[in-house]
Amino acid sequence: MKILVPVKRVIDYNVKPRVKADGSGVDLANVKMSMNPFDEIAVEEAIRLKEAGKAEEIIAVSIGPAKAQETLRTALAMGADRAILVETDDEVEPLAVAKILKAIADEETPGIVMLGKQAIDDDSNQTGQMLAALMGRPQGTFANTVEVDGDSVVVKREVDGGLETVKLSLPAIVTTDLRLNEPRYASLPNIMKAKKKPLETKSPSDYGVDTAPRLKTTNVSEPPVRQAGEKVEDVDALVAKIKALGIA
Amino acid sequence: MKTLVWVEHDNAEMKDATLSAVTAASKLGEVHLLVAGSGCRAVAEQAAKIAGVGKVHLADDAAYEHALAENVAPLIAAQMGHHDAFVAPATTTGKNIAPRVAALLDVMQVSDILSVEGEKTFTRPIYAGNAIATVESTDEKLVVTVRGTAFEKAAAEGGSAEIEDISGSGDAGISSFVSQEIAESDRPELTSAKVIVSGGRALKDAETFEEYITPLADKLGAGIGASRAAVDAGYVPNDYQVGQTGKIVAPEVYIAIGISGAIQHLAGMKDSKTIIAINKDEDAPIFQVADIGLVGDLFKVVPELTEKL
Repeated sequence: MKILVPVKRVIDYNVKPRVKADGSGVDLANVKMSMNPFDEIAVEEAIRLKEAGKAEEIIAVSIGPAKAQETLRTALAMGADRAILVETDDEVEPLAVAKILKAIADEETPGIVMLGKQAIDDDSNQTGQMLAALMGRPQGTFANTVEVDGDSVVVKREVDGGLETVKLSLPAIVTTDLRLNEPRYASLPNIMKAKKKPLETKSPSDYGVDTAPRLKTTNVSEPPVRQAGEKVEDVDALVAKIKALGIA
Repeated sequence: MKTLVWVEHDNAEMKDATLSAVTAASKLGEVHLLVAGSGCRAVAEQAAKIAGVGKVHLADDAAYEHALAENVAPLIAAQMGHHDAFVAPATTTGKNIAPRVAALLDVMQVSDILSVEGEKTFTRPIYAGNAIATVESTDEKLVVTVRGTAFEKAAAEGGSAEIEDISGSGDAGISSFVSQEIAESDRPELTSAKVIVSGGRALKDAETFEEYITPLADKLGAGIGASRAAVDAGYVPNDYQVGQTGKIVAPEVYIAIGISGAIQHLAGMKDSKTIIAINKDEDAPIFQVADIGLVGDLFKVVPELTEKL
């Protein structure tokens, strides 16, 4: 079985995003970029399935600028076998991403497409579900545990009330939540080896996908700022404040 | 515009998240509801009483019992022939189903809206709420998920909508429900609690979390939340997590105990009316958003606070 792992290059998890003064977006010039943390978890899970003998090959895919190669090299250094970069400088919305991934899945016929539940830049939380719809295949979103069992995969999902387990026939789409695993760091020898692993470059038009945005972003602004309040000296003062709020 | 709103329920009772979605939908146009489930007529009857609702579509079929997206999305997509917008609360159920519907309709979904600015224009948070984008859809149909804390709840009583039975294609045969582990608790649900007491990594372990957080929450009749660090460390289950990727809450009072205030956590609670922070590090970022702060050792402060309240 092959596993397809889409990864996105996004602003680093630890960087505080700054909104551009003209309201056109978030300033990404000279900002540290990394692999979307949820996608890292997806790469890790795919590698673990391969290590457990459940998968033979892991193909990492990224849709984005030339620099997304770095993100793919990270996936290769972690343990993916080869990579495909669908290069574009345009911002590609989840629906178009899902269409490109569908075309790649048609060519590669993976048993599982494993991807992060959301990207920490646009916070859309859509791509996996959309891909599943386009492929007409089942989806195990917000995965906490993934077990491949013959021709199906059992996914324990993080839901509002706790956990829910579903059984999906393969091929299936799995989107990863935070607690699925802890991604490994790539070792230096593996980083060197990753440079020699195959990385193919394509364009959205190779897959016949129109990436013109369907949503027009007319403005991006700072959220309302919360002012820091006051600090109280001791518990008695805090008790008085809480009582004044009328909740105790 | 005719909207179709996903009713969140457990086949016995409607969930509150539905009511915020109804309010958002009412800003777009006529509100119809969809109750999909199994043996869920009582939910449809309850939903029909929501003020301002035009019609309730009831799809009662064993295939819809657990709201599996594979079965439910085609049902919704078929209903979109005579509706212009599908609106779902941004719960884990809504987030699971809505994008699948959107792709079936070839529509780009607008996720987690904070406001309705025009017929097809919305605001939504991006970058963990560090920026707010105004977006306009150019698609013919709309698919929208609604952040519950951003909209008032519609009145649960006062309406008397007609209930219409509908049916869909049923079981797609590619997925099945196995089991669930849903915590039974008398405590208010996080997303509707008036007061939330939330604990962070500083609580040390599951026992001390329980020992220090629970009595205070009991005293205040509060829901219990946690930071990602506390959940990752196994102090509490995943459904306690407040933050960018956990639950988004906006209670009257949010009490953050031993939580430093990473941006991902703040994203989930900074719209709370009053924020109280207890932390031993006076430079912790949580104090930058807290209305009331107390610098101190939580293991001393919290029991004293619980006792004095």
